[in-house]
Amino acid sequence: MQLQARDFPQNARAALGEERLQRALSRAPSGFALKRAIAVERLPEFESLRERGRAIKDETLAHLDFYLERYEENVVASGGKVHWAKTAEEARQAVLRICRSVGAKSVTKGKSMVGEEVGLNACLEANGITPIETDLGEYIIQLRGEPPSHIIAPAIHLVKEDVAESFRRAHDRLDAARSLEEVRQLCAEARAVLRPLFLAADVGITGANFLVAETGSSIIVTNEGNGDLTQLLPRVHIVMASLEKVVPTLEDAATLLRLLARSASGQEFSAYTTLSTGPRRAGDEDGPEEYHVILLDNGRSALLGGEFQDMLRCIRCAACLNHCPVYGAVGGHAYGSVYPGPMGAVLSPALFGLEGSAHLPNASTFCGRCESVCPVKIPLPKMMRHWREREFERRLGPRPYRVGLQLWAFLALRPALYHAVFGLLARLLGWAGAGRGRFRALPFLSGWTGARDMPAPEGKTFHRLWTERRRAR
Amino acid sequence: MSEARDEILGAIRRALKRGPLAGAAAAELSERLARHPRNLIPARATALDDESRIDLFVRMAEEADATVARVDNLAAVPAAVAQYLAGQNLAPEAAIGGLDDIPWGETPLLLLKRGPAAPEDAVGLAPAFAAIAESGTLMLVSGKDTPTSLNFLPDTHIVVLRREEVVASYEDGFDRLRAAAAETGEWPRTINFITGPSRTGDIEQKIELGAHGPRRLHIVLVAGRENG
Repeated sequence: MQLQARDFPQNARAALGEERLQRALSRAPSGFALKRAIAVERLPEFESLRERGRAIKDETLAHLDFYLERYEENVVASGGKVHWAKTAEEARQAVLRICRSVGAKSVTKGKSMVGEEVGLNACLEANGITPIETDLGEYIIQLRGEPPSHIIAPAIHLVKEDVAESFRRAHDRLDAARSLEEVRQLCAEARAVLRPLFLAADVGITGANFLVAETGSSIIVTNEGNGDLTQLLPRVHIVMASLEKVVPTLEDAATLLRLLARSASGQEFSAYTTLSTGPRRAGDEDGPEEYHVILLDNGRSALLGGEFQDMLRCIRCAACLNHCPVYGAVGGHAYGSVYPGPMGAVLSPALFGLEGSAHLPNASTFCGRCESVCPVKIPLPKMMRHWREREFERRLGPRPYRVGLQLWAFLALRPALYHAVFGLLARLLGWAGAGRGRFRALPFLSGWTGARDMPAPEGKTFHRLWTERRRAR
Repeated sequence: MSEARDEILGAIRRALKRGPLAGAAAAELSERLARHPRNLIPARATALDDESRIDLFVRMAEEADATVARVDNLAAVPAAVAQYLAGQNLAPEAAIGGLDDIPWGETPLLLLKRGPAAPEDAVGLAPAFAAIAESGTLMLVSGKDTPTSLNFLPDTHIVVLRREEVVASYEDGFDRLRAAAAETGEWPRTINFITGPSRTGDIEQKIELGAHGPRRLHIVLVAGRENG
């Protein structure tokens, strides 16, 4: 069922032919991207906020150890507990230990990409604990046994008919004759089915958009209210967060929150932004009795100080996915990684190894839209280029591709030879294609000409024109 | 403490090519946390006088699908709540937190129940701690008399907001909270920033209200200059 990153070319080709997927993807341009543009237009300070957001994250990363220690101190002071996890396995074990300590049978979950990253659901199921995804999109894909295809809209690859089919299969005790034609009916059914599960759960697990060092708080940003019910009703609240989610102060969080909702869904502010600090207080009549934070590294500390450090600024808004022409054409599953799109193309090789994900940094036209909409100005194309360099150095690409690059590099380092060879090639192609003006197919270039014609060269080469123009001056 | 903790912190320091921060460097960061300086705050709400700030709050809250009723004073709140519930065809019952200074007894038709919301409660009635004009956002905090379940379990959420609680920015809200916490000596377990009712766009990016939280958010704004 789950696609692999190493099969990206085949996955992408298959995705282009899937009628329902293409119908779902065709809605995207009028959705997130347009709403973001309108929200940005309304806030004259948006550009300055991006600069400020970038600076906050950079400053935090430069002192990450200090802020994490402070954060932990404040979690403990408010009655919570922090569990440090180097690897996905350590994170899963920490969650299991907590669940077992309270004899948990069912666990509700708010949407958490870190939860997806460590494969938490499979682990819980294997140990006799039922995980219940409560975000509508996550709930739908959990019923379908699929991974999320988008980091903020996990079921964006589906149309309502897909959802209706899944609900009919899963909710088989409900009246089979009921209507599920409208999105409204689907939402109402999910709400009704999930409500008793919220109330019965022993443990609630959420992610975190930010952790605040100053107060020891975790912050979640949602629209449905599912995350809030998840962290409010069960006896135990577990937060799963990666190291780089920490920010120094509430003021810093406020700045990043102004960027997050606008960049993600084009909202001025999401419906619910909630800060949780420790377990319920002595006089409180509701709220969890235990509050745990799993702090996950899983390869992130190794990115500090290197050419991929900037990726740790990411606040998971998904603007880069929403504006990527490649993501828009093939959807998220084709990437075969928990993190798809441009941010995933940079992050996946770092977290899961370049061997399995070497295609992903190549799944880009370098149009640069991802970087231009990134709320914290991550140079995504530059970092994809770094991965491509490493892919070449480590001989991971297909052989013809590597030989071609080597040949080109050999010529490019010898300008006289380069001009001679390409000048000759241009004249030859110009002569061969003079009649039609373009080529339908060329040897070694079927990958390119398979989908479009190659124009025949006309007139002089760029280098010759350049030289002539300089002489003329 | 734990082995993983030491290894992670060690790995971070190795990558950053330095040891643990100490002395002046650590003191500078501690000072930054203690001082919590403000970053850029959009001018949208900060440059306004009281009346315009309240108007902006109302406009932004309505844009986010909340409804707002203005009343002159606290004594008018019970009737406004009863009228709203009648208008929505809802029974005049609510689970309520705080709001002790409102003369509820004078509207005997309203049946109020104190304590956290139960699954069957249709209406939750709660006080705002502050409201953020910039985005039409309510700020509610948990506490002895203000259980968080009132804000999420019932289908209809009614929030009473006083004019002096409407501030420009999230930062203003945090400062109010720091001041309150300094007085009580306790930081609340839960701080809810609420902008409109619950919603989802997870199916075909079509926005539907009332995903898991309240379907309706109604704000009773006590807008008179004298609350009493």
